[in-house]
Amino acid sequence: MKTIEEIKAAIDAAIPDAGVVIVPNPSPSGQHSLLLDPAHATQVAKFLRSDAELSFDFLSNATGVDWPDKEVAERVKVTRPVTKLVDGVEQTAEETVEETRKHIEPGCLEAVYHLFSMEKKHGPLVVRMRTVNRTDQVDLPSLTPIWRSAEFQEREIFDLFGIVFTGHPDLRRILMWDGFVDHPMRRDYVEPDDFEYEPTAHDEVLARAQAHQSVELAAQSAEQQAATAGKKETGAAK
Amino acid sequence: MAVDEQLKIEMRKQGIVVTSIQELYNWGRRSSIWPMNFGLACCAIEMIATTMARYDMARFGAEVFRPSPRQADLLIVSGTVTKKMAPQVVRLYNQMPEPRYVIAMGACAISGGPFKQGYNVLKGIDRYIPVDIHIPGCPPRPEALLSAFMALQKKIDAQPLTGEGRPRFLDSEAQGEFPVPVPGEHDLEPASNKGVWTVPVVIR
Repeated sequence: MKTIEEIKAAIDAAIPDAGVVIVPNPSPSGQHSLLLDPAHATQVAKFLRSDAELSFDFLSNATGVDWPDKEVAERVKVTRPVTKLVDGVEQTAEETVEETRKHIEPGCLEAVYHLFSMEKKHGPLVVRMRTVNRTDQVDLPSLTPIWRSAEFQEREIFDLFGIVFTGHPDLRRILMWDGFVDHPMRRDYVEPDDFEYEPTAHDEVLARAQAHQSVELAAQSAEQQAATAGKKETGAAK
Repeated sequence: MAVDEQLKIEMRKQGIVVTSIQELYNWGRRSSIWPMNFGLACCAIEMIATTMARYDMARFGAEVFRPSPRQADLLIVSGTVTKKMAPQVVRLYNQMPEPRYVIAMGACAISGGPFKQGYNVLKGIDRYIPVDIHIPGCPPRPEALLSAFMALQKKIDAQPLTGEGRPRFLDSEAQGEFPVPVPGEHDLEPASNKGVWTVPVVIR
């Protein structure tokens, strides 16, 4: 198989403004991947499938990745004017101070596809696409028209991560029910609080069970107080 | 009216059979429990094995697996009940005629098992329908299912037909239909049937 650089060069030669970026993998496996520009992804996918030398005719796996918003802290040297009292006289001097600046790197949702070639017996080629953000611009072009086997897997990504695949023939939830609103595989998913009965709870589960029980106990004591107050009132009326 | 057990054996030796309506009735009930042809996960494979020649559930009069809830007496909840499947399980149970029994088979059916902390698995079917016998195991062996079956038969045998502790179908006050949970925006609603399941007290 061609190396990832050669594949990128082939794509660039065929589609001039494809905007493909190599995402390096620093691990020993060195399985680098291609990050596609969503606007040209369909074209690039068609090329990868139909090119005589590459002919990636089989999509074996499609999955999602959630990249949450990341807070990045960096130390920056800043020069700024400082007024000081020197011998009773106000003076302005430049001073260099080190400052910690925090900014939030916006997260995104990512779809990852693993391609193989049955004809040439090579692969896998890892292809990625990223959405603009995680909230409202979560559209990606569907690759189902090119590889039919992506259909259910893209539905699963839609269900669990919330990426909306435009051009998908039948985009519905596949694992959860239709009325469900959350996306359980996102990092910020909050699962329902059904920790009322945990016979052998420990660690995180124990903490959640205790939190649940404290809420329930508070509700119970409030009920009891209301009941006793009601009794007192009826007693006073008598 | 109870007849002395020893006297009964003595009379049987002489060719006289003495019984009571209750005994006869319960014998009939326990000897032909037809399970529903309904499997959910890997426990169902063990359930199928139980009906085959090696373990042979036919010895207990329960070999007739009925493909319709309307002809079945026993619901074996054999496997993981997902939150998407739970309403259907309750609906099937509602469609079964009385007398009906439930065996919760395996770790998943009794508590959610290894998937207990997942977002999509019900933490035990006893939250929505009354369960007669729980079998632990992942999956339980066919012997365990047979043991549960015998335990269910003993339970049926011991039930009086009148008064306290009589079976549900002889009690006009008892609940007949069980509310089917509705899939909501985040979870099943309600999360459990308070009339069937109360939170057990945990001693720590």
